[in-house]
Amino acid sequence: MKTDPAGVLTGAHYLDGDFAAGEGVMAASCRFVAGYPITPSTEVVERISRRFPMMGGTFIQMEDEMASMAAVVGASWTGTKAMTVTSGPGFSLMMENIGLAAMMETPCVVVNVQRGGPSTGLPTMTGQADMMQARWGSHGDYELISMSPKSPQEAFDLMIDAFNLSEIYRVPVMFMMDECVGHMTEKVIIPPAEEIEIVPRKLTEKKPEDYWPYELNSSDDIPEFARAGDGYRFHSTGLTHDYRGYPEMSAECQWNCVGHLVDKIRNNADDIVRFEEEDTKGADVVVVTYGITARVARLGIEMARKKGIKVGVIRLIIVWPFPEKRIRELAGKVKGFVVPEINYGQVILEVERCAAGRAQAIGVPHPGGGVHDPNTIFEAIVGAAK
Amino acid sequence: MSTEAEAQVERKEVQAEDHPVAPFIRMDRMPHIWCPTCGIGTVVKCYATALDNLKIDLDKVVIVSGIGCTGRVAGYMNLDAFHTTHGRAVPFATGLKLGRPELNVTVFSGDGDLSGIGGNHFIHSARRHTDILVILVNNFIYAMTGGQNAPTTPLEAISSTMPYGNFEPPFNLPHLAASCGASYVARWTALHIRRVTKAFEEALVRKGFRFIEIIAPCSTLYARRNKLGTGLNLMQFYHDNAEIQHGVDTRDIDIAFQEKIVCGKFVDDEEQTTFIENMHAHYERVLGDKYVPMPPEGGWIHE
Amino acid sequence: MKYWRKPLDLDQVTVPHGDVMIITERCKGCGFCVEYCPKGVLELSEEFNRKGYHPPKVVKHGECVNCNLCEMICPDFAIFSVELSESDAAGSAAEQKKEDSN
Repeated sequence: MKTDPAGVLTGAHYLDGDFAAGEGVMAASCRFVAGYPITPSTEVVERISRRFPMMGGTFIQMEDEMASMAAVVGASWTGTKAMTVTSGPGFSLMMENIGLAAMMETPCVVVNVQRGGPSTGLPTMTGQADMMQARWGSHGDYELISMSPKSPQEAFDLMIDAFNLSEIYRVPVMFMMDECVGHMTEKVIIPPAEEIEIVPRKLTEKKPEDYWPYELNSSDDIPEFARAGDGYRFHSTGLTHDYRGYPEMSAECQWNCVGHLVDKIRNNADDIVRFEEEDTKGADVVVVTYGITARVARLGIEMARKKGIKVGVIRLIIVWPFPEKRIRELAGKVKGFVVPEINYGQVILEVERCAAGRAQAIGVPHPGGGVHDPNTIFEAIVGAAK
Repeated sequence: MSTEAEAQVERKEVQAEDHPVAPFIRMDRMPHIWCPTCGIGTVVKCYATALDNLKIDLDKVVIVSGIGCTGRVAGYMNLDAFHTTHGRAVPFATGLKLGRPELNVTVFSGDGDLSGIGGNHFIHSARRHTDILVILVNNFIYAMTGGQNAPTTPLEAISSTMPYGNFEPPFNLPHLAASCGASYVARWTALHIRRVTKAFEEALVRKGFRFIEIIAPCSTLYARRNKLGTGLNLMQFYHDNAEIQHGVDTRDIDIAFQEKIVCGKFVDDEEQTTFIENMHAHYERVLGDKYVPMPPEGGWIHE
Repeated sequence: MKYWRKPLDLDQVTVPHGDVMIITERCKGCGFCVEYCPKGVLELSEEFNRKGYHPPKVVKHGECVNCNLCEMICPDFAIFSVELSESDAAGSAAEQKKEDSN
């Protein structure tokens, strides 16, 4: 359906990434945000807190990140699209309730505007070191979706997709920005509301007496949703549960429950995976990047191309689930992958795993606090082409 | 038919579904996991009776529990119920209430869950006047995990992590709730079944952050470790040592080990405005016509 | 019923009668109902239920006044009382007399 126009600030704007993300939240018809201030993400909720009262949204600043995430999960169960915003330290705090959202199959979006870590790290400077945490942060087995915008415009566009994907797969979506994109001001074009397609929260059509919260249809691997307060009298728990939502302590139930959480993303990975591919045909080296590093790597790639090296690019838009298939295909054809990222090597581990020794995977680490010197990326590409 | 035969016909097998609160309980999950002589079941019975007496719209009643023995309440009540993470029942309930303001949200959890790990959320929700009812079942111990010291364990009481007796002063929970801004504060024991039911009936239709502490026996951990007998002995203790003092200053109602327990209704402020009411009033004043409040049916966007 | 003074409206007030319904398989033998029944109608029986607990049994037929205290205090939803008409109550009392005489 078309999104609720009340939240859409149509027009051409000059916005930073945080504000653009905030606009994306409102344009996606999200109407509940709970947050806790943390640099460099606070501007997202500041923007939302200013505009939400004009569109029937509720913003509440909770006492800490754990409360924020818990409130988001609670609000989502009323059928309201809900999200929260944080950075590294807050992301760590939210992990428990992200796990709860995953276990309860609650659609929601968590924005992490990454900064230098670990611990308090570099509060006002960029990093991309939470990428693995986005995938593995909470304990136990589960799968979720994670995306990485490269510009304020993409922060807006991808936010709509983030909410839609979370609704389709009933999964928390980790929106992994970085401080650079968050605080960079660029032109952002917000289209009219009629051009923004959202996936509304779909409710079950079953009658209360026939409804079980986690029953799977034969045609679909996603259970049907019922709002709290509609008389369905369902029970939802973070304990391992059966299709009735009742906790059951058995290995068989664990197979079914957790297997479902993992399979619903893995089996649909082909539909979810998204990346931009450029000049990979016949390439000697493929650069795999995401976020701000994708733009920084441009110069290094151009320098290498001038030297005659055939360089392809895979820019990850959706980082989790990882585009294993494509990397595996390319691994047989290229000499090497170069993975620049503002961390000590996280997504490169996935590239390495998928390449399985058939191509080298050369990382260009950066501890955070700034972006890469394009020369380092250029040198890595040259090294990979040998 | 003779009176004897009549009497015999009556003694047929009593069906579980005939129990008066059967509609409120998930009968397919009975018997529940609580120990013999545990008081939690009694509190749940009082709550179900209160709902029955009030005749409110049960579809809008939502239960949120945390982790612990009392946290299992959500799993046994035949209402929309959520069994959430440890200590986070109150913010989860806040999200539910703000996402759909017409809901009547009750948080049903234990002393460890709500005042230990959940302490921060508890005080802030009270401060904000979040419109939820918090029923805290206080058995003075972390029972589910095997009987560890809790923020409410009285001085000198023995627990598995304080095997030589507790030396940390415990919380005075009604005082904590009242000082943080709760609009309704009461304490009863599981023995005061009719007063507990009445308190639930009163609190369910009040607004604001309502807090009711129910002292309940824990036989397997608290009573056993402290050689107090079974839950029945603890109930007998409540019978002999509970004193009702309505309206008394909450500062003076600490609970010492095996000493008197002061019960009653300590705060009942019907005038207090809730978070949502304050939000509406404030935005209306500041934004005027531009303010679009979230409707009571909530923020669910649909065709 | 013993009174220390006779109430003025004793003729007008009817004492209700109740019948105790016990869901034996759900009982956990906690003894709350036995302890707190104001008429002492119940005692723990010698029988076991499937889980090995001693459920209560009615030992004073006809004395139950349907106060519902057992129903309220039982943590296991295993006991409740229902109102009996006068004639059924008489039947219960007759049964009690028979038991006492045995």
